[in-house]
Amino acid sequence: MPGPTDDKDRTKKTYWLDQRRNVDRLVYGLVAICGLLVVADLFYHKHTHFAFEGWFGFFAGFGFVMCVILVLLAKEMRKIVKRDEDYYD
Amino acid sequence: MTESLNPALILILGGALLPLAPDAVRRWGTLALPVLALLALLSLPFGEYGQIRVFGYALVTLRLDSLSFVFALIFHIAAFLTALYAWHVRDTVQQVAALVYGGAAIGAVLAGDLITLFVFWELTAISSVFLILARGTERAFRAAMRYLIIQVGSGVLLLAGAVIKVQATGSLAFDYVGLDSPGGLLIFVAFGIKCAFPLLHNWLQDAYPEATVTGTVVLSAFTTKLAVYALARGYPGTDMLITIGAVMTAFPIFYAVIENDLRRVLAYSLNNQLGFMVVGIGVGTELALNGTAAHAFSHILYKALLFMSMGAVLLRAGTVNGSDLGGLYKSMPYTTAFCIVGAASISAFPLFSGFISKSLILTAVAAEHHWFVWLVLLFASAGVFHHSGIKIPYFAFYAHDSGIRCEEAPKNMLLAMGLTAFLCIAIGVFPDTLYAILPYAVDYEPYTTTHVITQLQLLMFSALAFTVLVRTGLYPPELHSVNLDADWSYRRLLPMAFRHLGSWHQRLTDRVTRTASNSLRAVFDNLYQHHGPQGMLARDWPTGSMVIWVAVLLGFSLLLYYL
Repeated sequence: MPGPTDDKDRTKKTYWLDQRRNVDRLVYGLVAICGLLVVADLFYHKHTHFAFEGWFGFFAGFGFVMCVILVLLAKEMRKIVKRDEDYYD
Repeated sequence: MTESLNPALILILGGALLPLAPDAVRRWGTLALPVLALLALLSLPFGEYGQIRVFGYALVTLRLDSLSFVFALIFHIAAFLTALYAWHVRDTVQQVAALVYGGAAIGAVLAGDLITLFVFWELTAISSVFLILARGTERAFRAAMRYLIIQVGSGVLLLAGAVIKVQATGSLAFDYVGLDSPGGLLIFVAFGIKCAFPLLHNWLQDAYPEATVTGTVVLSAFTTKLAVYALARGYPGTDMLITIGAVMTAFPIFYAVIENDLRRVLAYSLNNQLGFMVVGIGVGTELALNGTAAHAFSHILYKALLFMSMGAVLLRAGTVNGSDLGGLYKSMPYTTAFCIVGAASISAFPLFSGFISKSLILTAVAAEHHWFVWLVLLFASAGVFHHSGIKIPYFAFYAHDSGIRCEEAPKNMLLAMGLTAFLCIAIGVFPDTLYAILPYAVDYEPYTTTHVITQLQLLMFSALAFTVLVRTGLYPPELHSVNLDADWSYRRLLPMAFRHLGSWHQRLTDRVTRTASNSLRAVFDNLYQHHGPQGMLARDWPTGSMVIWVAVLLGFSLLLYYL
């Protein structure tokens, strides 16, 4: 069974993502893309089925808020459902 | 035309004969049989074949129409891709099980009557369990037994429903069933178990992650999508399915967020994706059923791709626990890339397969004005990106560097992942190819400005939420743990109840025996006291005293006589 191997050359090599600076750049890039996508709402006519879809930035706000709620609720859920790994053994 | 060859039989019989062949032939056989079966499928015009009579009932063992074709086609593609992925595995049991299982699923989809459906339905259960058993661990064995009981149970319900239906209607044909028809509810529950309806779902998250590296990929393709097909055939437009499906999209994602085993995370998201298909069946319009078929088609590919990438991680790194992984992109760059393609597809990014299939369902739901269900599906869409789109690649390949340095996946795995990834992108870029084979004519354009921008807003802001939560430390860490789910009811509650019932029964019997033996003892003691060695009635009396008593009695009677 091939397991983790200790390859010194590969361990030493630094990757672009290893630098905190570059990760920050990615985050700023994501924020910029998000900003552009919201602004884009001003420049086209939305074809919608429901009135609320037409609200400015509806999908952006919904995506952000619901994901935060999802994670925080799931975290609370852990208090009830989480058990030790060998619970069933 | 009863002599047409059923593609399912090519896989099942071919698979059954495989153990007789030498190793090299066997390996090529696993690839060649799906191709042969696919050719047999493509050469068949739509129609009914293989009609036989059993006990006076007409069976249609092979029915090819626009609905069964889509599912049969993707099952063949999945059988080939998973065989390629498992090319390096030299385990005859798994090779045979995978082929027979795929063949059984195809046979069930092509079945025109409920008895043929039942036979293949049970064969999928019995063949697939070997893919879990082959893992060879105690955990896998126990999960496999639970899986088998539930799957076979589903088949028994199906048979019971079929028997009631044929008693009442005299027909075994597998067409629209509906909840009101005789036996309709039993068949519905049978399908619901295999489709992992809420509270009937847990066999999926329990068993799939315990199967072998390649077995999980095979399992992910067939069973649940067979159930989706069966529901689409038997229960289109059943309102209850809209609610059931909406619940299915939403609740598994909460578990997916806190689950550590990344293959189990994928099992939860598989459940969530099935929800979209079930909602489509519940809506039941042509657009919705097209959406269900299209989504099943693209789902099988991207879900297999995600399971393949996690299988490769399990094979090379020895674990798929999010808490133990990280930084694997350095060792497995190709697997990382393919995983991201799968993640983008399941998240429905424009130009990937999920975008052009899931939107059919959402549009159909909106067209029927189910605004609340539509919002639930939108929430689930954001959620699926969150846990499958980001969490899976992030914790396996990025996050903090776990220090694990391993080999890239074997070449055959990379090839299988590459082909699957190619199909995911091809379907996303050329949606009309998929739309052309859907059950009904498609009048839908996925690439509109509104759809692309709103979808990107939804996804990018979900990504932003993830980033903010991780950076602020609010994101729950990956932990070694078990999360209680519905399986707790039969893995803990029932055994506990039985134990309590057992000890209560024990106490009751103790008391009954004690009371009974006490009263018996009292009776015996009483008998002993009077008839025992010291008992008054058992004493040896001297003959003389007897004579005296006789004389007394005689004297007494003489006295009475004179009086």
